[in-house]
Amino acid sequence: MRKTLLGAVAITALMLPGAAMAQGGTIKIGILVALEGAFATGGQDGVRNVELALKQVNNTIAGKKVETVVAPTDTKPDTTIRMARKLIEQDKVDLIIGPLSGSEGIAMRDFAKTIPDKVVINGISGALETTWVDPAPNFYRFNLDGAQWGYGLGSYAVKTKGFKRIATIAADYSFGYTNFMGFAVDYCKAGGDIVQRFWQPLGQSDFGGIIAQLPENVDAIYLGLGGTDAINFLNQYQQAGEKTRLIGGTIMADQTVLTARGKAKEALFGTPVSGPFANDNPDPAWKSYVKLYQDSFPANQRLPSPSLFGLGYYTATLAAIKGLEAAGGDLSNGQAKFKEALNKLQLDSPVGKITLNENRQATGTVFINEVVDGPDGNMTTKMVAKSDNVTQTLGMTAEQFRALGLPSRNVVDCAKLRSGG
Amino acid sequence: MAMTDHAPRFVNRADQKLWFERIPAPWWALAVVLLFLPVVANSFWLFQVMGWTFILGMIGLSLMFLAGYGGMVSLLQMTVAGMAGYMVAILGNSGTVTVSLGLSWWIVLPAAFLIAALFATVSGALAVRTEGIYTIMITLAIAAAFFYFTRQNYTIFNGYSGFNLVLPPQLFGVNWREPVPFYYLSLALAALSYGTVVYVSRSPFGLALQGVRDNPRRMAALGFNVTAHRVAAYALASVFASAGGILLVWQNAQIAPGTIGMSAAIDVLVVAVVGGMRRPLGPFIGAFIYVILQVFSPDILGFFGFSAERFKLIIGLGFLAVVLFSPDGVLGLWDRWRARRRQQQDQLSGGGAA
Repeated sequence: MRKTLLGAVAITALMLPGAAMAQGGTIKIGILVALEGAFATGGQDGVRNVELALKQVNNTIAGKKVETVVAPTDTKPDTTIRMARKLIEQDKVDLIIGPLSGSEGIAMRDFAKTIPDKVVINGISGALETTWVDPAPNFYRFNLDGAQWGYGLGSYAVKTKGFKRIATIAADYSFGYTNFMGFAVDYCKAGGDIVQRFWQPLGQSDFGGIIAQLPENVDAIYLGLGGTDAINFLNQYQQAGEKTRLIGGTIMADQTVLTARGKAKEALFGTPVSGPFANDNPDPAWKSYVKLYQDSFPANQRLPSPSLFGLGYYTATLAAIKGLEAAGGDLSNGQAKFKEALNKLQLDSPVGKITLNENRQATGTVFINEVVDGPDGNMTTKMVAKSDNVTQTLGMTAEQFRALGLPSRNVVDCAKLRSGG
Repeated sequence: MAMTDHAPRFVNRADQKLWFERIPAPWWALAVVLLFLPVVANSFWLFQVMGWTFILGMIGLSLMFLAGYGGMVSLLQMTVAGMAGYMVAILGNSGTVTVSLGLSWWIVLPAAFLIAALFATVSGALAVRTEGIYTIMITLAIAAAFFYFTRQNYTIFNGYSGFNLVLPPQLFGVNWREPVPFYYLSLALAALSYGTVVYVSRSPFGLALQGVRDNPRRMAALGFNVTAHRVAAYALASVFASAGGILLVWQNAQIAPGTIGMSAAIDVLVVAVVGGMRRPLGPFIGAFIYVILQVFSPDILGFFGFSAERFKLIIGLGFLAVVLFSPDGVLGLWDRWRARRRQQQDQLSGGGAA
C-alpha cells in the first residue's frame, strides 16, 4: 500500500506539470490578486475588471486566444511569491497581472528579476520602492504609486482651504508613510507647516491617547488611515467633541468609510482627499468605463462603481492588450517586442493619458475630491481639482527626490522643503 | 531517510525476521524516489512543493517532538523558526542595508541557531510549568507578542516591511536557491532532523521525556527532573524549527511579520495534527498534504467550475475531513487500516492472534 501511495504521488508529480502546458495559439495571463483578508472585496473587483477588459477584445489579442489563471493571495509577500512561482512554472503563463498590495509589490519586483523572459504588469500595489529602488526591467506599473496619489492635495489644502498648520495621524506602515510623503512634499512646498506627526499601528482601535494629545492651535488634521481604523478614529474623534477639520489620505474616503453608520462620517463633511480617480469625473472616457462596468455585471455581483483596485487591474489589462497588439502577439525572444511596446505605450485609460518613465512607472493624473452629502443619505465625493502629469519624483529631479529619503516616519523634513531646499 | 520502523506495536515477536526483511523495503523505495525525484520532476515541484513540504515538515516536526513525546502542545514553533530566519536576515545580508549587518555565513548561521535556541529555552521555561490548554495559551501569547513586536519595531526587525533579498550564501560555488540544490539541501536537513528525532526518542533522554509525558509525578518520584527535561525538549526542538525557518527565509528570499503571524503558527499545528502527532513521519505527511492543497486548491475549484476566491474552503474541508475521520491524523488512519487488514488475514489463514 505504501508503494501504491508513493506510486500515486509520483504519477501525480509527473502528470500535473504536463497537463498545464500552454498551447501554441494562446496567450496565457496570470492574475495575481488578493482574495483573502482585508482587501478581498477589492481583489474580487480586480478579477472582475480583468475579465471586463478582456471581454472588450472578445478574449482575443492579435489573433491569439487569451486564457486567464487566477492565483489568489492573502496579501502576505510569502504567499504572493509562491503563487507567482506557480503561475510561471506550473501554469506556464506568459505574463502576470498583479499584485494588489504594497509589500507584495516589492516582493514581486525581486521575483520578476528571476524571470527576465516574462512580463509582470502591476495590479494596483502602490509602494514607491517597487519601481524606485533597484527596479526590475520586466516589471511595469501603469498605476500611480502611493506617493503620487497624495500629490496635489497639499497645495489644495493650503491655497483653497487655507489649512496652514496641521497635525497628522497616519497608519504606521509603508503605505501610510508613502501616501503621507506625497501629501507632505506638496503641502510643505506650498508653505504649510506640520506641527506634529502621530503614527498608529494597523488595526489598533484605541485612538484615545492620540486624540488627547492633538495640538489645539492647528487648522486641520491629516488622516492617513483606512477602513475600520478610519471609522474607529472618526467615532472617537466625534465623541471627544473635536471640531477641527480633516484632510484625508487616499484610502480614507472609500466606500466602507463613507457608507458606515453612526456619527463617524459627520466629521468628514467637506474633507478634501486625493487619489487616482474621481467618481464624478466628467471625462467621457471615465463615464463610458463606469457605464461599461455597471452594464457588464448584475448589480449584486459588482460594486456600485469601480473601486480603486478594480481600476488598477483594468488599466493594467488594458496596457497588456495594447502592448500585445503592438507587438503582434509576438512573445518570442524573451518577449522583447512586447516589452518594447509597453515601454513606448501611451495608454488612454479611463483616468486620462498614462505614460511610463525610465523606471517603468506611470506618470498620470491625481484627482482631488471633497466629501459631500450624497443623494441617498450616504456621503459621497465630489471632484474639485486635479493635477495632471504627476511624475514619480513629484515634480522634482531624481536627485532632489532621492535626497528626501525613502518613505518613513521622519520623511519629509517640512521646514527644509518650505524654505525651498 | 532512516530505515527503521517506528510502529513496533503491530509486530508479533514470532515473525520478527519477516518484519525486518519486509519493512525496510518501502523506506528504501521512498529514499530512492526522493533522491531521484529531480530526474523526473520539474523545478516547480522540487523547489516549491517539495522544498516547502520539507520546511513545513521540519517546523511541524519540532512541534511533534514536543507534543508527541513531551505532551506539550506549543504554538511557539513558527515563532522560533521566524526568530532564526530573522536573525539570518539581520546578521547577514539583505536588501535592507540600513539594518542588516552583513556578517559572514559562518557567524550568521550558528548565531541564528543559538539565538533561536535561547529564545525557545527561555519561552519554554515559562511554558513548562503549565499543563494542557494553559501551555497552548502561554505559547500563543508569546507568539502573538513577538509578532506584534516585529511589526512595530523598526530598529531591529524593520517593522511591517521586514527584510527582502535574503539569499543563501554561495557555498562551494553552488547557488543554493536553484531548485535542485535547494531540494537536496532541504531534503538532507529534513532527513537529518527526522533521524535525530527517531534517535532521541529511543535515547535515555527521549524515554525519560515520554515518561514525563505519561506520568510526571511518578517520574519526579523516580528522581528525574521533570522541568529540566521539558525545557531541554524545547531547546532541542528549536534546532529543527530553526533549520526550517532559515530554509524558509532562503526559499522566499524574504521575511516579514506575516511570515510568523498567528495564522502561520496555527498552520504548523494543523500540519502536525493532520499528519499525525505520534510519529516523526506525521508532520512531513501533513506538510505534503497542506502544500498540495495550498498550491492546487484554486485549480481544483476551477476544475469544478467554482470561482477561485473560495480557495480556502477546499483547504478547510480537507482538514476537517482528516480530523473528523482520524483524530490522530493520516498516519493514524493508515495504522488502523493496516491493523484491520492484519486481522482479516489472520482470520483467513486461521492462524495469528487467538
